[in-house]
Amino acid sequence: MTGNARRSFEELPVGTEHEAVVVEGLSRTQIVQYAAASGDFNPIHHDEPFATRAAGYPSVFAHGMLTMGLTGKMLTDWLGDAVLASFGVRFVRQVFPGDTLTAKGRVTAATAEGAAGRVEIELVTVNQRGEPVVSGSATALLPRRKSA
Amino acid sequence: MADDFEFPVERTPILMFAAALGETNRIYYDEAYARATPLGGVIAPPTFGVAAAHWDPAYPLRGVRRIPEPPPRPAQSGERIGGGNLTRVLHGEQRFEYHQPLRPGMQLRVSERPGRSWEKEGKKGGRMRFSERITEYRDERGELVLTATSVGIVTERAVEGGA
Repeated sequence: MTGNARRSFEELPVGTEHEAVVVEGLSRTQIVQYAAASGDFNPIHHDEPFATRAAGYPSVFAHGMLTMGLTGKMLTDWLGDAVLASFGVRFVRQVFPGDTLTAKGRVTAATAEGAAGRVEIELVTVNQRGEPVVSGSATALLPRRKSA
Repeated sequence: MADDFEFPVERTPILMFAAALGETNRIYYDEAYARATPLGGVIAPPTFGVAAAHWDPAYPLRGVRRIPEPPPRPAQSGERIGGGNLTRVLHGEQRFEYHQPLRPGMQLRVSERPGRSWEKEGKKGGRMRFSERITEYRDERGELVLTATSVGIVTERAVEGGA
């Protein structure tokens, strides 16, 4: 695909919703690829005996920042490139290999500010059982549509 | 607390980071495409700032990496994710404030400072200790490019939350 054109402020009134599947059946390979790209080599994310026997988890699990990055992909695909003013999440449940994640956003506030508009978005990313794995919020600054 | 360090932003690490997220957006790698957009060039994805870890001498989750050379004494335990017992530290929250997009060619200076810390009794994890770290990324002119706030959790046992 190509890059993401910016939405206009007028396209995102309060209540607008968007969702996207951001990973289907997360692979251990992707977790390892993320470890290398991010520099985070905590063995809890790639070393199965460490994660299970030493730490007591059912298996390795994804970096929270991988789940946040996947959630960010939904945001940029929806709103456009380089429009975020802030993006924050709380990691509420671990993401395990095989999980399929759907990231969801909903506009909770929209305020016109001169030539731009500020849009507040509530976020939740859920796994294949509908359980939230991250919850959070983002703010985007969007151009206002020029009146004809 | 860690000293400031340099973080050169480059195209290949941006490509690798975007690829690891399963991205298909050309703005993260295709310079010819990106130059023709209003952004005028390749940018990094919104969470790329964490990849500054590669250049942080005091970063505790280095794997076998020995460059850049770590400080003589390990970073104080518990204060950052991975600073203590790796089985009991989790990432609780992360927040970014964006001032300008990260672009290849930027030579950023990264500084970190501790934020708030607090404790909570968790159902599964026993006593949980939370500590915030604030990281600022500034460009060559000293302008703020990105602010990141991360909350680390140290738990007594394996827990359901965190990552």
